[in-house]
Amino acid sequence: MTDQQHLQALTDIKRMMERSSRFISLSGLSGITAGISGLIGAFIAKIWLDEYYQQWNVTGVHSNTDFQLLKFRLLALGAGVLAAALVGGTFFTWRKARQNNLSIWDLTARKVLINIAIPLGAGGAFIAGLLYNNLEVLVAPTCLVFYGLAIINASKYTLPDVRYLGVCETILGILNLFFLRKGLYFWAVGFGLLHIIYGALMWWKYERKRTI
Amino acid sequence: MNPIGNLNKIFESRIRLGVMSVLMVNEEVNFNDLKQMLEVTDGNLASHLNTLEENGYLKVHKGFIGRKTNTTYAITAAGEKAFKGHLAALEHMIKFTK
Repeated sequence: MTDQQHLQALTDIKRMMERSSRFISLSGLSGITAGISGLIGAFIAKIWLDEYYQQWNVTGVHSNTDFQLLKFRLLALGAGVLAAALVGGTFFTWRKARQNNLSIWDLTARKVLINIAIPLGAGGAFIAGLLYNNLEVLVAPTCLVFYGLAIINASKYTLPDVRYLGVCETILGILNLFFLRKGLYFWAVGFGLLHIIYGALMWWKYERKRTI
Repeated sequence: MNPIGNLNKIFESRIRLGVMSVLMVNEEVNFNDLKQMLEVTDGNLASHLNTLEENGYLKVHKGFIGRKTNTTYAITAAGEKAFKGHLAALEHMIKFTK
């Protein structure tokens, strides 16, 4: 074997180790899409909430049916935002995987998903418990904290920068606990703004050169 | 000491080297994931895996997911040692000749 071949072997080893342990196709544009969906969602929620409080001011009494309707509409909106973020996010990541000649669904993608799903599932159950006990005010901070922890957990299996996003989301969620009833603004920052900033930074760092 | 002596003949195959690299950083990997990662055919991969198993570098676990067989592979302590030795030899060779 020649020196060139030895170097080639070492490069192969390094590449296989990286490729089999980290999901590298996560696109910054996915983050931006998720962030925009989040901001639009927060904007719609703000309109609905304003309407609800205005109605309350006019009638002067708390209407339980109005409140239940609002709760249902907000949950549906949340599901819609999540779906839009997932579809858009998957599209750009799929595109990046194709450019890299990688599969979007492989060992590393599964690891990322499982490691996000565990804390997120726990968070979902926790929030169901909060809603059951009429603790709506805690929903927004809980979402942010569990989402942040889920991302930190999955960051071991994808771009390491994702970790910082997770830390920011977690801090934001805890801050929200000290500014209760401002959940929507924290939501807009956490799921909207932070995703857009993160996505733009990632695109700048990893994908810019290839597109130009 | 002759550094070429430390280079492991078994790892001269790129596919076997690839299998070992993947298993060094993953606790357990199944056949299909290995195939996808290394971009090789079933038969080709199976024969290389056999060689590695015969040399005691791999642990094979045959399981089931539903009715489908799910064979997973993990590295043995001997495999890890052999791989690290090979890696050190490669690095040594490159430094030595420069």
